[in-house]
Amino acid sequence: MHVDKVKHDFEPKIVALVCTWCTYAGADLAGTSRMQYPPNVRVVKFPCTGRIDPVFILRAFQKGADGVLVSGCHPGDCHYMAGNFHARRRFAAFRKLLEFVGVDLSRLQFSWVSAAEGGKWVEMVTELTERVRQLGPLTEFRELELAEQWSGSTLTTPELKEAYQAI
Amino acid sequence: MSRIGVFVCHCGENISRTVDVEKVAAEVGRLFGVAYTCDYKYMCSDPGQNLLKKAVAEHKLEGIVVAACSPRMHEKTFRNAAKAAGVNPFLCEMANIREHCSWVHEDRDEATAKAIDIVGMMVERVKRNKKLQPITVPVTKKALVIGGGIAGIQTALDIADSGHQVVLVEREPSIGGHMAQLSETFPTLDCSQCIMTPKMVDVVNHPNITLHTYAEIEAVDGYIGNFQVKVRKKARSVDMAKCTGCGICMAKCPQKKIPNSFDKNLGFRPAIYVPFPQAVPNTPVIDRENCTYFKTGKCGVCQKVCGPGAVDYTQEDEIVVEQVGAVVVATGFQLYDIGPKPAGSPIEGYGEFGYGTIPDVIDGLTFERLASASGPTGGKIQRPSDGTEPKSVVFVQCVGSRAREKGISYCSKICCMYTAKHTMLYKHKVHDGQAYVFFMDARTPGKGYDEFWRRSIEEEEAVYIRGMVSRLYQKGDKIVVMGSDVHVGVQVEIEADLVVLATAVQPREGADTLAQKLGISYDKYHFYSEAHAKLRPVECATAGIYLAGACQGPKDIPDTVAQASAAAAKVMTLFSRNELEREPIVAKVNERFCVGCLACRKVCPYGAVEEKEIRDRSGNLIKVVAYVNPGVCGGCGTCQATCPSKSVELDGYTDEQIMAMIEAL
Repeated sequence: MHVDKVKHDFEPKIVALVCTWCTYAGADLAGTSRMQYPPNVRVVKFPCTGRIDPVFILRAFQKGADGVLVSGCHPGDCHYMAGNFHARRRFAAFRKLLEFVGVDLSRLQFSWVSAAEGGKWVEMVTELTERVRQLGPLTEFRELELAEQWSGSTLTTPELKEAYQAI
Repeated sequence: MSRIGVFVCHCGENISRTVDVEKVAAEVGRLFGVAYTCDYKYMCSDPGQNLLKKAVAEHKLEGIVVAACSPRMHEKTFRNAAKAAGVNPFLCEMANIREHCSWVHEDRDEATAKAIDIVGMMVERVKRNKKLQPITVPVTKKALVIGGGIAGIQTALDIADSGHQVVLVEREPSIGGHMAQLSETFPTLDCSQCIMTPKMVDVVNHPNITLHTYAEIEAVDGYIGNFQVKVRKKARSVDMAKCTGCGICMAKCPQKKIPNSFDKNLGFRPAIYVPFPQAVPNTPVIDRENCTYFKTGKCGVCQKVCGPGAVDYTQEDEIVVEQVGAVVVATGFQLYDIGPKPAGSPIEGYGEFGYGTIPDVIDGLTFERLASASGPTGGKIQRPSDGTEPKSVVFVQCVGSRAREKGISYCSKICCMYTAKHTMLYKHKVHDGQAYVFFMDARTPGKGYDEFWRRSIEEEEAVYIRGMVSRLYQKGDKIVVMGSDVHVGVQVEIEADLVVLATAVQPREGADTLAQKLGISYDKYHFYSEAHAKLRPVECATAGIYLAGACQGPKDIPDTVAQASAAAAKVMTLFSRNELEREPIVAKVNERFCVGCLACRKVCPYGAVEEKEIRDRSGNLIKVVAYVNPGVCGGCGTCQATCPSKSVELDGYTDEQIMAMIEAL
């Protein structure tokens, strides 16, 4: 897949929360097959989608993610037998909550990508990136996060961050 | 404060072509807590690993991040290197900048920026990693094999021959399974009994095998290396220790007309019986549903005639508890009963083939019994209705199999071959007979299989008609079979004396119940699922449980035996160690915060969560908390995400670690 070189005004930040057995392996396959996709996604690996606490999604939005992707094994294929079923129920409820809070649900994608579906991973990441790019940056949560900070100054340098963490 | 070393790999040109590795090393070096960075052409090579070890010693590193390929590739390599350098292996993490970065992006600046992010995330994670120690669990060197067909027998013999104890559980009164029912086997036309019965005798005589026939699995607890299995030994009503197998009880039993299910109801047996004359063990059982004594209390003939006094009407079911280290499931298959819809089956019967209503429409296994020398006809091919020799036989393939609309979309694999065998057996016994086969596809992928199939056409003159049977009805004493020949494009009508349906192979009834007892997964047809279709074909996803034979999917005898031996080899590998080392990625409960709601227990797929009582010094109960048994825990972390009080933590994936990674972005 060839990615066009057009520079966009806004590059969304996408956080992908994936399980190690299916989607992480699927993303690996996309890599070994040298498929190309937008570089906006950052992968966080979990043992199972069942481990993914909805709080992580909130935290990602709060910390600057414009889109979040949650992906694991297909129903019935879970390495831990039922983890993805628990995850599915949890996120069905969580989406309602997120909608209530006022986050555009198209910023959050939940899907199944097996270890053999490198192509599906690429498609999904490309689509989500494009969709979130259309939506623009997610600022509401981020502002909230800034207001939370004790000094109000943005912690841009590692030194400041270190000082902040030391307290 | 942590001293972390970051090692950036070029992977030849694989990473360095699109990612500016020097820049990554330099940028990451500015991160708080990073004490040392370097880059090298091949980090996984011997000099690369030495570089890592040397840096640990020189810079007193406490954590390591290797920015290279996928952890699925080399995590073990670098963790071992870390261990050799004196760093706890779980303080070494990999940042995947190859599969997830350099290979999937073209723009050098963007890829470099992403690589810096990825490495930064892992640095934050490693700072919060804890030293973990591998968990060791002892191994009970005794195996349980469920199912006494050829798969179970082969597995049991292989394990027992290696010097380990085996418990073989079979639910029928005798071992042997379907293979004991067959007449000859493809593609060599070996007599099934001749190759099967010696193996059955080996099982019963083997000093390392404990055989429980007429028994079922009641419950399974525990985990790899340490399972507790409850086996229900159903009441045989005959004392196995006293019985000599003389058979006088069976001869004298006044009940003679009970359909013999081993002979597919073609023959009859008494109420006290062995399924077939070569049964192992050769001890009869009383079928209490049909026994006059159990129904009316009047009879007792078998007890009176039994010389050793082995018949015991008061015998009750017995529960035997076995401690085993590994379980092999070999429960086999059953044929799809296409007649009226079987109770509890989700699949509708066909009806249109007349099975169950026309007596001379039979299934493949019934034909095996007809052709078998030990069968009800002594090996003569006879019609079930009137006992005459059929002069024309129609075989119909793919009945139930590959029928998506009926709910079985898979190929049953063995029917093409056994139908070819049937045409031969028929022709060998009825020389002037004619066999017709309606087939959809002929699938003969095996050693000598295609040659065998061709022989049935070329030498035994079986007429193969490509097409499905559309209608079938009784006309006088003939069965009219109507179908189409799609090769020629004409309608075909055959007047047959006997119709044999190659019905679909299905998992055994109750396969799902057993799977739930064992905690293993099964597919939508209820065949058991292997851990990996290609690379782990005999293991279940649940550690310590292995699969053999047709319970995993349709299989012929050679495949079954091969898989059975493979499962045995896996068990032996497990038994070659006294202790098992497991990854310490397990959940732990913080007892201070746990409120004992046990929501975690409800979601745990392994049943690893137990109740634990916390008492004070004088023994008063303070509270009940959850406890995760580290030996059982699979490490999925579902409990942690479920816990309302956040008092379960999965080692290696704690909230702190994940949050740090997300926040580093």
